[in-house]
Amino acid sequence: MKLKVNGTDHEVDVEEDMPLLWVLRDELGITGPKYGCGIAQCGACTVHMDGVAVRSCQVAAADVDGDITTIEGLGTPAAMHAVQEAWVEHQVAQCGYCQAGQIMQAASFLDLNPEPTDDQIDAAMSGNLCRCGTYVRIRAAVKTAATKMQEA
Amino acid sequence: MGRLRTIARRSFLIGSVAVAGGVAFGAYMVRKPHDNPLEDMTAEGEATFNPWVMISPEKITLITPHADTGQGVVHMQALLLAEEMDLELGQYETDFGVPAPAYYNTALGAESAPFVTTDQSLMARGARSAMGALGKVIGLQGTGGSSSVPDSFHKLREAGAMARETLKLAAATKHGLSVTEVSTKSGAVILPDGTAVPYTALAGEAAKTTRVTDAVLKEASDWRLIGKSTQRNDIVSKSTGTQTYGIDLMAEGMVHAAVRLSPRRSAIKSFNDTAAKAMRGVTQILPVTNGVAVIADNTWRAFQAAEAIEIAWEDAPYPAEQDGHWAALEAAFDADFLDREWRADGDVEAALKGDRVEAEYRAPYVAHQPLEPLNALVTVTDDQVEVWTSHQMPRFLQQKVAAVTGHDSEQVVFHNQYGGGSFGHRLEFDNVTLASEIANQMRGTPVKLTLSREEDFATDYPRHIGMLRAQGAVAQGQVKALSMDIASTSAVRSQMGRVGVPVPGPDSQIPAGAWNAPYAIENFRLRAYAAPELAPVSSWRSVGASSAGFFLEGFLDEVIHAAGADPMEERLRLCNWDVARGVLEAVAEMSDWGTELAPNQGRGVAMVESFGVPTAEVVEVTNTQNGIRIDKVWVAADVGVIVDPVNFENNVQGGVVWALGHAINSEITYADGMAEQSNYHAAEGMRLYQTPQIMVRGLETNEAVRGIGEPPVPPAAPALANAIFAATGQRLREMPFYKHMDFI
Repeated sequence: MKLKVNGTDHEVDVEEDMPLLWVLRDELGITGPKYGCGIAQCGACTVHMDGVAVRSCQVAAADVDGDITTIEGLGTPAAMHAVQEAWVEHQVAQCGYCQAGQIMQAASFLDLNPEPTDDQIDAAMSGNLCRCGTYVRIRAAVKTAATKMQEA
Repeated sequence: MGRLRTIARRSFLIGSVAVAGGVAFGAYMVRKPHDNPLEDMTAEGEATFNPWVMISPEKITLITPHADTGQGVVHMQALLLAEEMDLELGQYETDFGVPAPAYYNTALGAESAPFVTTDQSLMARGARSAMGALGKVIGLQGTGGSSSVPDSFHKLREAGAMARETLKLAAATKHGLSVTEVSTKSGAVILPDGTAVPYTALAGEAAKTTRVTDAVLKEASDWRLIGKSTQRNDIVSKSTGTQTYGIDLMAEGMVHAAVRLSPRRSAIKSFNDTAAKAMRGVTQILPVTNGVAVIADNTWRAFQAAEAIEIAWEDAPYPAEQDGHWAALEAAFDADFLDREWRADGDVEAALKGDRVEAEYRAPYVAHQPLEPLNALVTVTDDQVEVWTSHQMPRFLQQKVAAVTGHDSEQVVFHNQYGGGSFGHRLEFDNVTLASEIANQMRGTPVKLTLSREEDFATDYPRHIGMLRAQGAVAQGQVKALSMDIASTSAVRSQMGRVGVPVPGPDSQIPAGAWNAPYAIENFRLRAYAAPELAPVSSWRSVGASSAGFFLEGFLDEVIHAAGADPMEERLRLCNWDVARGVLEAVAEMSDWGTELAPNQGRGVAMVESFGVPTAEVVEVTNTQNGIRIDKVWVAADVGVIVDPVNFENNVQGGVVWALGHAINSEITYADGMAEQSNYHAAEGMRLYQTPQIMVRGLETNEAVRGIGEPPVPPAAPALANAIFAATGQRLREMPFYKHMDFI
């Protein structure tokens, strides 16, 4: 099957039901999306499909329908996305393992809802687990990112 | 004095072993420095000054041997070195280094001496020093017990100062100057004419220069980095998906492995792998201890095949049903199981003769489940074993792996990795020994073992379970007597038993956070009962204090209520340590304690000292129509010196979230010998929508410099329970609280 990830075309030979997460990680070597639970409980595997956040552990290879963006395609250390800049500014990460998923979730959410209320932020971000408990900083960073994106 | 004598009389099992150890090895062994492991790694023209600093013509490398599983200790360790070396952030690379006795932990041993933190008697100091010496003699390299800052604070600044002074001497020698004529700034030695000679340009000269061992440390007023807000070294990589964890590693020719392990920690009775063998990508199915491993060309394929194996397991070596675990704890409230009487102040029996308050508390098994599942990449060849994973005990890891593969410990090359959380999970070895068992059966092939989340839950060694039976008495509006009997399984013995290190003496973690309470209660008795091992258990963030702290501060609140006293004022009245008093006063001020709240709201306070850090928390809740909403938490903790204020705040907030989330909704229960919870849907911890505002204040009056990873955890659950009582009149005496109360 063919898929486009971060602007690059790939062809992979995998089962139809292999989750996109494992196509990315083990077939293409793109390890930004993380395995955390495999059942859409933690959000660490979040990527964008045509700009919309999806749990890549729940998207079967055969159901990939659109361009895939992973954290590596959102921004780079030299050219960060506004959400990533906000994450750095608030020093959100502790272990950092969930943060790629958190950032992908936030970027998609802010794209759809550029001026979110506090309750909307809470609702949008509550599907992503952070075992280190960085939620206070995630909240603050999402707000900062919203402001940055408004100004941009 | 009464208490001190009791402790001194009964407690010297641990202390005397340490003293005996020191004597047996001799003062020479205690004083003798360990070899610098970097000596073997430096090439011509490169300099190493001590086990933590290496300079080549190209770069400066700082060795940060404490494992970083999210708590930010790589940044902290490097910052302490950089402070004294006059390095700017970013002028150096960091490396976890190799396992070596030189990296022995000076603080981990000292913490196990059975004296309250405030006890500065000769005997207490002596025991702490002896335990520290023992750590040195056995070369105990480890991360845990919030010990990274206490271990590093003096040692790494001294190492940095030694490197700085040696570099100055090298520059002075090279340029024909006196060492008093040169200074250092921003990674360079500054000559009298203002010329800046980068340290890297001095590597060759420094390698030949005699080490300066009497360097003077900077005054705190001259610190440029310590105590300042700095950007963590890993914050950009962790915000851009470029941070690599053990689970992400790849090697040429690597295969993926998954395991099916006994959920009962038992042997296989029978199994059928016919279907699994035929699945796409599966190349081998191999035996491992208490299970089987699937080798495949993709993690998911390995998971799928492992699940397709039909296996019947032998019975569990512990009670099959959860009721049996609680029954065993109830039976342990008996003289036969008395581990130690930790406090015997006053005359409790006499004081409890009249009216008294009684209660029973329970704290369940809880899983660790950091978000990065356990994994390990291992390659075994005839000459050596290479291991890549995140681990907190590198030298024990070497021994464990060597025992599996038949190599010597020195042949096990360990590459520590940034860990995706731990909370105590990466103190265990099963992922590493299993990967080694597999790789040993296919020598020459790199094997990456990844545990599925379900396997990780099923085989996690959870927090111990514990129970409290307590009585209290009051008079004249004051707490007069407190009797606490705690029965629990022993995390320390269970865990160290798997390492193969016997732990003599009572387990100070069973009553941790309670026996050492800085409260002068007239009549105070605390007895710890050690139940025989049930489900094997392990250290869980803040260890004993996560349950015993809940017991103490939950029950004390009941007795204070019975006395008709204010929870904050009575704690302040009882408090006999000014550092602890300071954190109570801080949260009282921060939370406007005593001001009016709506009738459906409540505030609760708790203060627990763990790992030498008194930490007070006030929780404010609203009892809504749909359940309890946690609105705000105020935290004050005193660690002596706050090395990194941003990271301090982040760790405190995270500790509160960790503690509240698990107190509300997480436990492990056993049925048919197996953990009933298999993934985050059944033990999820806190989510963002439930997270309160968390206000943090760090105090710096503590005589000792302490770590902050664990101390924020113990007071959170009792402060929440006490707030819920204030809002609803209902006492919560059993975690997880959701069994008794709805939360939104």
